[in-house]
Amino acid sequence: MYAVVIGGGKVGLNLTRELLAKGTEVTLIESRRDRYLRMDAELGFVVQYGDGTELWVLERAGIQRADLVVAVTGDDEDNILICQIARDKYQVERFISRVNNPRNRQYFELLDIRPAFSATDLILRLIEHEVPDYGLVHLLDLPDEQLEVIEIVVCEGCRAAGLEVQQLELPEGSIVISVLRDEGGFVPKADTVINAGDEVLVCLDPGLEPQVTALFEAAK
Amino acid sequence: MSFVLIVGSGRVGSTVARNLLAAGHEVSVLDGDPISHERLDAGQDSTWEGAGGRFTIGQAIERDALVEAGIERADVFIASTNGDNTNLTIAQIAQKMFNVPRVMVRVMDPARAEWYSAQGLETICPTSYAVEMFERALEMPEAGA
Repeated sequence: MYAVVIGGGKVGLNLTRELLAKGTEVTLIESRRDRYLRMDAELGFVVQYGDGTELWVLERAGIQRADLVVAVTGDDEDNILICQIARDKYQVERFISRVNNPRNRQYFELLDIRPAFSATDLILRLIEHEVPDYGLVHLLDLPDEQLEVIEIVVCEGCRAAGLEVQQLELPEGSIVISVLRDEGGFVPKADTVINAGDEVLVCLDPGLEPQVTALFEAAK
Repeated sequence: MSFVLIVGSGRVGSTVARNLLAAGHEVSVLDGDPISHERLDAGQDSTWEGAGGRFTIGQAIERDALVEAGIERADVFIASTNGDNTNLTIAQIAQKMFNVPRVMVRVMDPARAEWYSAQGLETICPTSYAVEMFERALEMPEAGA
């Protein structure tokens, strides 16, 4: 896989290091000379100097053969343009963009730049994942499709523990799509028994969350 | 008479704004820097507002600022800030979010100007004009010979 990362701030630099560690071929484009020189000392030819919104700079980095473009500059307009150009001019199939100001998210959506992530959202997700009491993690939101996927821990003594999937009183519009147990995951059958300590992935219509989570929370 | 919204009141934007106002159009200017308002007033007999112009201080990308400056009823939208990417983004916002009938955008980089023009934006590239002028000026003695 070949990835082109635009913007060598904290996000871009650390992402590049991670991708390199995983054996991915990466080029990082940085427009500030001082930052470029500092990163060049560490990463060498991986880093290229230039304005990553200029076509020739992107082409020099080999965007034509990129499998993934990551736009993580500190400027939302730059990120929008980069993704738009990558997608529409260079037919890059996968791209991901950073939203610096959450108020600009509407413009990413307007121009169909997806996925776009903001640090605010990510920190919220981390909190959900790290705080055990929270028991519920939003894995996926598909607002256009009116679907969400959530991960729920099956608590000791909850209504669902010990029941077969078909016996669960799940509201209309929700379904258990996966059970995570003993480091593995599987798609449950109707007669699969849900145990305390399992984690379940539930696909549901937005708004059903309270009804669904009530089944898996410990009785109060 | 058209209602023209100009975002970015530098040398180009402010001059276009004054000329359009003098030609009888309704003109609203949006810029984040109050100095650009002075640019509209400088050397004029009356103030910008006195002459009938509108001025809003605000960031080009802020929806509220665009609405306050009157984007919802603009016939013409001119993006002339000093940033190509800001111009290209707000031009698309004007086109796709507010359905402004005519959207014009200043792009200094000829390559991006050409590509976005092919995507349906009315781009104006001062760099290309400057190059053309220089080339024409340099060729003039030969042409006249």
